[in-house]
Amino acid sequence: MSELRTEELTINMGPQHPSTHGVLRLVLTLNGEIVTDVKPVLGYLHRCFEKHCEAMTYPQVIPYTDRMDYLTSMNNELAYVLAAEKLLGIEIPERVEYIRVIMSELQRIASHLVAIGTYGNDAGAFTPFLYCFMDREKVLELFEMVCGARLLYNYIWVGGVSHDITPEFVTKTKEFIKYFRPRIKQVNNLLSYNKIFIERTAGIGVLPVDVAINAGCSGPTLRGSGVKYDLRKDDPYSIYDRFDFDVCVGVGERGVVGDSWNRYIVRAYEMEQSLRIIEQAIDKIPEGDVHAAVPKRVKPVAGESYVRTEAPKGELAYYIISDGSLNPYRIKARSPSFCNLSVINQISRGHMIADVVMILGSFDIVLGCIDR
Amino acid sequence: MEINDIYNKLKKAFDDGIGEVKTDVPVSPFIFADRSKINAIALFLRDEESLQFDNLSCLSGVDYDKDNLAVVYHLVSYALKHSLVVKCLIPKSDPKIQTVSDVWAAADWHEREAFDLVGMTFEGHPDLRRILLPDDWEGHPLRKDFKVPEFYNGMKVPY
Amino acid sequence: MGILNKLDNSVEQFESGNIIITSMDKLLNWSRLSSMWQMFFGLACCAIEMMATSASHYDLDRFGIIPRPSPRHVDIILISGTVTLKMATRIKRLYDEMPGPKYILSMGSCSNCGGPYWEHGYHVLKGIDRVIPVDVYVPGCPPRPEALLEGLIKLQEKIRNQSLAKHTA
Repeated sequence: MSELRTEELTINMGPQHPSTHGVLRLVLTLNGEIVTDVKPVLGYLHRCFEKHCEAMTYPQVIPYTDRMDYLTSMNNELAYVLAAEKLLGIEIPERVEYIRVIMSELQRIASHLVAIGTYGNDAGAFTPFLYCFMDREKVLELFEMVCGARLLYNYIWVGGVSHDITPEFVTKTKEFIKYFRPRIKQVNNLLSYNKIFIERTAGIGVLPVDVAINAGCSGPTLRGSGVKYDLRKDDPYSIYDRFDFDVCVGVGERGVVGDSWNRYIVRAYEMEQSLRIIEQAIDKIPEGDVHAAVPKRVKPVAGESYVRTEAPKGELAYYIISDGSLNPYRIKARSPSFCNLSVINQISRGHMIADVVMILGSFDIVLGCIDR
Repeated sequence: MEINDIYNKLKKAFDDGIGEVKTDVPVSPFIFADRSKINAIALFLRDEESLQFDNLSCLSGVDYDKDNLAVVYHLVSYALKHSLVVKCLIPKSDPKIQTVSDVWAAADWHEREAFDLVGMTFEGHPDLRRILLPDDWEGHPLRKDFKVPEFYNGMKVPY
Repeated sequence: MGILNKLDNSVEQFESGNIIITSMDKLLNWSRLSSMWQMFFGLACCAIEMMATSASHYDLDRFGIIPRPSPRHVDIILISGTVTLKMATRIKRLYDEMPGPKYILSMGSCSNCGGPYWEHGYHVLKGIDRVIPVDVYVPGCPPRPEALLEGLIKLQEKIRNQSLAKHTA
């Protein structure tokens, strides 16, 4: 029977497909049910971010960074602003640093909740999606309280943040931490240790460490393969070196290290660590003026800077070249999803066609980030 | 390892394949390398015991100045936790450079992107096609002299 | 109950209860507007707000709006996000695959007019209405879920006033 030859079939998945997390297109070559080749076709959301930057002043770029990876706007802003501040060489008030850390960790929770919810949805479980979005609303309410926007904030400015946090925000955040801790457990019970879910994800799409590093994978995708590498610990930016938290890695609790389940579970664990960071930050936050260091005119010297940060999806970096004028000469965004997605062909080959959906979901890609 | 030590090591191994090192520029120092030897230099950077740049963090194509394009490599070593910036200048009259996609797989898509948006050719790249823009697009948008086309497929572009 | 409230004063109910008389238009419009199946299709940032709207907090289901993955099943398509030139031809094709009557709701500034990508977006279509006809525009970048719901209610109002006899574009 094994010698029975079958015709190869090429099918098209996307750009309109419920499981491609946006407008990604995959050209799949199949031998029966088995995938023999995956060719991603990108660019359906290429919104010319880098060309826009060249025509904008430095502060005007921030709203566009929001729209790059729209699930992690705060982290995008932070990475860009850090790169711009490095060029300017300005000192940031302590209070601002703490606020930034709190915001980016809250955003990490919101992003991971979407990742978990939609991943469950991909596997056919709709309930976790509803649970996750319910909790995400709570995070968005906090953001709304502090800057008025739900999704795209323009909150972190060069040299500061747009609005100071209020005492009410502090109490609400503390309430949220208390509320959310048991909810993580609930989501885990609902999805992570669900037998059907484990059957769908464990052992699927194993990403070996050397391939991951060589292809530039980062974030939960890399840590799912067992590499203990987190820029918040290994190359600390902002004030992350002051906080006590653990770097979560996939250890093969279910399945094997580097498979889809291990990539997924890193996110579920990371939410707990983010809560720990927020707890510490909110207790230690000093007084100060959040607008004290905001420059009137952002005009850095000619030069270039490259800052790497740990966004929820992986290593997010901005490369800014300045020619000494008000507009950046060139900005390149190194997006985590772009590199993570590039290994999909290598690790999907030999799996069933239904598994491609699970592998794709385990990267937690956002097309705005890939296509820019 | 500091950039000057890395520079000396590279200079010893490649001599005129390595240009000057810029340490006095604001914020991040970098090394110039020859575009026709970059593949061998990349392999050396990855495999040399004391360097071990196992990760290509970012590869950017830049419209550098009036006569030159550039490719900028941001390298990171996971093993030794140091980083390096290497730049290759490419004259606009002959926009060609060696690929490094066989050294770091991460370069594959980044090089396609640089080809797509800035318009340099990576010699030896296995699959150099446009990645973001449609295949029938004309021009390279991140060139400073790029003119937005009036129409694309019957759809008016600028307003 | 429901049907009598929705069809308002043009309904005549017989005393025995179970038989009503109304016009064909009213009945068709009522059934169309209360089960607008939506295409399971997101483009960019606005798609996240669309997902948030259909999740538990805002709950699109109560309007009879259920996401369906195939264009052959759907009545409305929410253009939720930036339409690029590469994507525009695909959206046109999806639109052509939908059975009539079909409705388009353009969600957010990008699909209304190009939004923040208006000036330098060499690869962005400056408004989805240059490719397919639009019934309702919802402004915002991104619109809040409440705004999207308002847009859908406006669309329901539009459907309520349709007629088989006269041509309404």
